[in-house]
Amino acid sequence: MDEIAPTTIEEASGTLRSLSSDSVPVRFLGGGTKSHWGGAAPEPDVVVRTTSLAGVVEHNAGDLTAVVLAGTPLIDAQKAFGAAGQMLAIDPPESTRATIGGAIATADSGPMRYRYGAPRDLVLGITAVMSDGAVARSGGKVIKNVAGYDLGKLFCGAWGTLGMIARVALRLHPRPPAMVTAVGRSEDPFAIQAAAGELAHGGLEPMAIDVAWSGGVGRVLARFGGAAAGGQARRAADVLSAVRTDVDIVDADEELWSRQRAGQRSETGVVVRLSVLPTEIAEVLRCADAAAGSVAGRAVGLVWVTLPPAAPLDAVAAVEELRSALAPRVCTVLDAPIEVRAKLDVWGAELDGRMDLMRRLKQQFDPAGICNPGIFMGGI
Amino acid sequence: MKDRFLEELRRICGRANVLTNPHQLETYASDGLLHYRVRPPAAVLPGTADEVRRIVRACFLESVPWVARGSGTGLSGGALPIEDGLLIVLSRLRHILEIDLPNQRIVVEPGVTNLEISAAVGPTHFYPPDPSSQVVCSIGGNVAENSGGAHCFKYGFTTNYVTGLEIVLADGEVVTLGGKELDLPGYDLLGAFVGSEGTLGIATRITLRVAPVPESWRTLVAYFDSADRAGQTVSDIVAAGIVPGAMEMMDRLAIRACEEATHAGYPLDTAVALIVELDGPAPECDERFDQVVALCRRNEATGVRVAADEAERQLIWKARKAAFASMGRVSKSYYVQDSVIPRTRLPDVLRRIDELSESYGLSVANVFHAGDGNLHPLVCYDPTVPGEAEKAERLAGEILEASVDAGGSITGEHGVGFDKKRYMPLMFGDDDLGAFQRLRCAFDPQQLVNPGKVMPTPRLCGEVPGPYREHPIERAGLAERF
Ligand SMILES: Cc1cc2nc3c(=O)[nH]c(=O)nc-3n(C[C@H](O)[C@H](O)[C@H](O)COP(=O)(O)OP(=O)(O)OC[C@H]3O[C@@H](n4cnc5c(N)ncnc54)[C@H](O)[C@@H]3O)c2cc1C
Repeated sequence: MDEIAPTTIEEASGTLRSLSSDSVPVRFLGGGTKSHWGGAAPEPDVVVRTTSLAGVVEHNAGDLTAVVLAGTPLIDAQKAFGAAGQMLAIDPPESTRATIGGAIATADSGPMRYRYGAPRDLVLGITAVMSDGAVARSGGKVIKNVAGYDLGKLFCGAWGTLGMIARVALRLHPRPPAMVTAVGRSEDPFAIQAAAGELAHGGLEPMAIDVAWSGGVGRVLARFGGAAAGGQARRAADVLSAVRTDVDIVDADEELWSRQRAGQRSETGVVVRLSVLPTEIAEVLRCADAAAGSVAGRAVGLVWVTLPPAAPLDAVAAVEELRSALAPRVCTVLDAPIEVRAKLDVWGAELDGRMDLMRRLKQQFDPAGICNPGIFMGGI
Repeated sequence: MKDRFLEELRRICGRANVLTNPHQLETYASDGLLHYRVRPPAAVLPGTADEVRRIVRACFLESVPWVARGSGTGLSGGALPIEDGLLIVLSRLRHILEIDLPNQRIVVEPGVTNLEISAAVGPTHFYPPDPSSQVVCSIGGNVAENSGGAHCFKYGFTTNYVTGLEIVLADGEVVTLGGKELDLPGYDLLGAFVGSEGTLGIATRITLRVAPVPESWRTLVAYFDSADRAGQTVSDIVAAGIVPGAMEMMDRLAIRACEEATHAGYPLDTAVALIVELDGPAPECDERFDQVVALCRRNEATGVRVAADEAERQLIWKARKAAFASMGRVSKSYYVQDSVIPRTRLPDVLRRIDELSESYGLSVANVFHAGDGNLHPLVCYDPTVPGEAEKAERLAGEILEASVDAGGSITGEHGVGFDKKRYMPLMFGDDDLGAFQRLRCAFDPQQLVNPGKVMPTPRLCGEVPGPYREHPIERAGLAERF
């Protein structure tokens, strides 16, 4: 397998143009932290790495915006923004290698999804290289802009199947100087769901409300970072007590959240990502508990269920069971041993009317069909 | 338009809902941008989503192009009819289909107005994107334009609130994008559709996220004798990590017009008024509000008026929301521009607008969403003076150039539509426009949907270059491409 690491966008364009004229399938890789995600596809002929296309091109602190090359490690960019008291509100599980491009391409997110939105909500503009070498920009670098089509949203969560993300303009947020978290514990999934719901409607302004479950115990975590963070956390604690959870207030909460984020990944188990409604969270916790699994996720209904390591057939059966219990909600398999992924459709989504439209889009953007073939929904 | 086709439309939605009489059609010849007028050969007013689907299908079978219209308040000619096309008016689709407050969602038909949505989920919840036209504009139009409003700096734009859509594609196919859930896997076609200015299909069912009403508000208006000082105050507020619910600026001419219309008590001798509104938990608001007041004073505000109660808050806002409507009091006519700049470039760009105003000999009033750098210069002119309208338009065009030069955009919320398509090359090159066209062709290969809008020059959806290659999975019979 050949590996190419373009150092400029022009070089990337030339590389893709020549690969597509020879119809050579490529796999785009950033830090490679999620390279096994997606549908099981044949080994690609060529890997195009974005890691040499790295760096913060602009950080406009006064405007709370930045322009960043796709191969920039998320952690490096955060360091640069942090120096100005700012942050990019994309906080998937920590990794030294994960790149901005990879997080955006897979629409990966963390606890701050609750308040600040998904990557698609933070990408202001995008420069993408398409398989025929065209370098297309859309959006801009201002926080408000409706000129032209919003292709940035299409590339967020397209898993590199429409082309290579080369550069993005991002919206940043002020990073609160101190954060405090209120935690509620209960063994009753419905108490956890109710607590999360109360907090979401309680007049407070949390940066994040997360839920967690493991070993038969659930937790709700509400993080505050404003000027009156401590006061808000105490009010949250009152709300949590009222719904009969055991309450704690955690001042130095970095470690707590880092562990919470880590609950979205697993090296040996099977991680399933779900989009549900806030009123369905208890049901997800119950199902996960029944499967001896654990849960980490957002009170807005984005949850990651980790099923314990098992023999491949048992693991597949556990995923199928979860899917049928939670149907029609979509369960996407992320981390899983290769033997497990080979035996199921990781996307698990019904191929409805959207599929035709998705195929037409793929055909338009990647007519040669060389960009990350086979890993996406419906075999795209 | 063929009789057979019109008959088919009458069969679908009843005789009374198919308009072909020129007098009736006059009403629909323009959207909010009144200087463009095209009388369509026919307009149809469906009453259900299924009627929309059947109309679109009929158009597809007869190759009739069409334009969707909500309330017709758009300011870029997006709903401007086309000479040989059908106008599909969605204002009869006005049902609120579902309210689900525990999950913070509402499901509506496209003709429901923006304000009706907030009313439906109130008093506990509200729908944050609040265009000034919210009393009349339709949510379908908001979705198409990705509309914004005063509260978008903190809360985000329409695109951040649409979680699901049912759309009718050009061939009459009905597709559901997203749902009540967030971040569903698959291409984010929802994100591509929102803001596509009615060129990808018709939204017939819209699922929105709503937010709990904040616990408290604190509102002030500060006066400054220069835009630089007001601009610096905005920058200082943001640099302090404060995210106000809204930050709005008006200059002298705009203040005068608003004051004449509303008597809200803004001093007429002030150069700039800056409205800052904080919302959220009460202790948080109070602490931040003191900081904001201090920053206004540090930048030598000539006065700070703090709203003492809800009535005074409403009064302060009444003046701001009346800005466009009241311009008639200071100018015979005016051209509303809509551009965006990086907020830190505000003083430079305002100086440039002053220069332009002077060299063209036309006055320009400025109202803008200061938090997100969205300018609305109102170029005043007298339509009875020959050539002045064209002059105003040229001036407005130069403001766009200045905005793009400063790193901004040709439109922040009104869209490209018909009016601004010629400015698209200021921001986008051939490859960029080519990518836009690829998206459009995926949705509407025959180009029947709102043709002639957004793209600066017409393009066909030709054959896509490049060899088709059977994917190994297809070869193995595991998946089909079509
Ligand atoms: C006084 C005034 C103040 C305004 N203030 C603001 C403001 O603060 N912020 C802001 O963003 N805008 C503002 N606008 C502009 C305008 O109100 C918005 O663009 C609004 O979203 C248009 O809604 P509408 O229903 O009138 O759409 P229309 O003008 O009828 O149509 C606009 C576009 O949407 C398409 N469309 C309509 N319905 C659908 C549908 N169901 N599916 C697909 N496409 C559809 C049309 O084809 C057209 O391209 C203002 C306008 C006026 C006149």
